[in-house]
Amino acid sequence: MSIRAPEAARIEIDDVSLRFGGVTALDGVTLELASGSLHALIGPNGAGKTSLLNCISGLYRPSGGSITYSIEGGGERRIDRLPPHRIARLGIARTFQNIELFKHMTTLDNLMLGRHMHMRGGVLDGGLYWGRQQREEVSERRSVEEVIDFLELQAVRGDLVGNLSYGQQKLVELGRALAIEPNFLLLDEPMAGMNVEEKESLARFVLDVYEEWNITPVVIDHDMDVVMEICDRVSVLDFGRVIAVGSPDEVRADPDVIDAYLGEEAHV
Amino acid sequence: MHSGVFHTSYEADMGLRPMPAQRVRLALFVAAVLIFPFFASNYGLNLANQVAIATVGAIGLNILTGYTGQISLGQGAFMAVGAYSAGLLTLRLGLPWGVSIGLACVITAAVGVFFGLPSLRLKGLYLAIATLAAQVIVEWIITHWTALTGGTEALVIPAPELMGERLNTDFRFYWVGVTAAAGTALFAANLFRSRVGRAFVAIRDQDIAASAMGVNVFHYKLLAFATSSFFVGLSGALLAYYRTIVTWERFTLETSILYLAMIIVGGLGTIVGSFLGAVFLTLLPVLIGSAGQALQDAAPGVAGLVPHIQQAAFGLVIIVFLIFEPRGLAKIWRNVKDYFHVWPFAYRR
Ligand SMILES: Nc1ncnc2c1ncn2[C@@H]1O[C@H](COP(=O)(O)OP(=O)(O)OP(=O)(O)O)[C@@H](O)[C@H]1O
Ligand SMILES: [Mg+2]
Repeated sequence: MSIRAPEAARIEIDDVSLRFGGVTALDGVTLELASGSLHALIGPNGAGKTSLLNCISGLYRPSGGSITYSIEGGGERRIDRLPPHRIARLGIARTFQNIELFKHMTTLDNLMLGRHMHMRGGVLDGGLYWGRQQREEVSERRSVEEVIDFLELQAVRGDLVGNLSYGQQKLVELGRALAIEPNFLLLDEPMAGMNVEEKESLARFVLDVYEEWNITPVVIDHDMDVVMEICDRVSVLDFGRVIAVGSPDEVRADPDVIDAYLGEEAHV
Repeated sequence: MHSGVFHTSYEADMGLRPMPAQRVRLALFVAAVLIFPFFASNYGLNLANQVAIATVGAIGLNILTGYTGQISLGQGAFMAVGAYSAGLLTLRLGLPWGVSIGLACVITAAVGVFFGLPSLRLKGLYLAIATLAAQVIVEWIITHWTALTGGTEALVIPAPELMGERLNTDFRFYWVGVTAAAGTALFAANLFRSRVGRAFVAIRDQDIAASAMGVNVFHYKLLAFATSSFFVGLSGALLAYYRTIVTWERFTLETSILYLAMIIVGGLGTIVGSFLGAVFLTLLPVLIGSAGQALQDAAPGVAGLVPHIQQAAFGLVIIVFLIFEPRGLAKIWRNVKDYFHVWPFAYRR
């Protein structure tokens, strides 16, 4: 693996609130995400999971509270006022609930875009494509090929991602985030819409990312079952509040969690 | 039948023209371009020079609109900035024409960045209207700042000279025009297979995802305005030296729309398309004009209608392409290549 080993890091979410007009999407959320666990963030529909993820990655600005990011031996900093590209550069990568790929680019280019922050070339380098630029493109291509091999995307390397199947697109999105070489990998419902087989292989990839690449995944899902099997630390959101944090077994037995999910079923 | 071409190194796979058939086509095209002026009439050369200059401008606009997704109605204004800067730098400061053109490109890039600032907040139609402001403001400055620009009077500039030869014939200017067009095309082709070009396209396709992947979207939008305007300025500056007369009437909103038509008809976000669109929209009025002339005896009334038909055809062509082939001539060209997929050279893609 030429991709560097990630650093141990920690995201501390402290009393974060987020309001949209009259809707309170997040209501005093306090949560800690740290390297060394495979995190899950679950909760019924509309609980605020995506909103929280958007706050972490800088797409939403919390109405109150703070989010702090620290890298072991590297000091800490507030990130809740930083623009998304700065947060990505700190090592927090993500995928989107509704696939947000660059549709008219190939799989390869989507992943190469993930390498953007690790590259230097400017307009003039690109336009002239002289030695230094070519070397950079080639060496980054090598890193990207490792991700392609890992996710078994070789066959669709040169295809426009708009033409790929839903499951393949989900994988390319995962690959694009991995190409960033992040410390944290925030996955917003990575298995939604997949068939059982695809779900299983995706779960396998997430475990490999965690165990072999030492990247810390945070898997969001509203469905408990799959995440419970692979994650070791589960946080549960309901109506914008954290109602439980703990191991899968602890969370499953928590009366508030049972209520929240039963409540959801009652609505359905 | 061949099964395709496979590359054994990334360098080869990442080349601009990785397939043998592509290289052969390119070689044939280059040969044709080099031989053309020795056989073409003056009129043919005149059209070729117009095409070359329009190609530079169309690639410039395509960088911004086709590749980065920022619609611009300020093309005419940016060409005007290039043309007037180049002309005035030579007339007022006595700079050699090459230096004037280079500086004109840089000045236009800066002006482009300035008028690109609204792209921080505005998208789509709203941005188009903001760039329309560029068109109005630049036109106003040119026609009212008489002391600098000569106002509505034409600016007459000396023909460029190269190694003691005045480039005042179509044959001589051809080499300047073709070099500029080829250089621009090569630059753009390289740009869009490397880091910055990918960031431009990513912003067009999904700007939020681009920012979450570490792309400073605002920075790259302005960079797209700068890069685009640089080449649009080049095209304006070349036009100034080709005509040796600069008037503001050449750079109105109509020009902006003409160039948008070129990239729509040619193909948004392709370099071949920029060239094909420039060819098509330069030749279209010419063809209609000569058709009208041919009909003069048979149907004398038609000749008088030619200017109107030229206008209408222009609009019609845009509509036809938007409806039937929104990916433009570049897509049709691609279909032709695909049709000859197996003969005489097999290649994948
Ligand atoms: N951009 C927005 N504008 C207005 N309201 C929003 C916005 N984003 C989220 N909300 C609201 O915030 C609440 C939480 O939504 P969010 O998408 O974070 O939930 P979720 O837990 O991700 O749900 P799901 O499982 O359906 O994805 C919802 O009531 C939603 O309508
Ligand atoms: Mg969600």
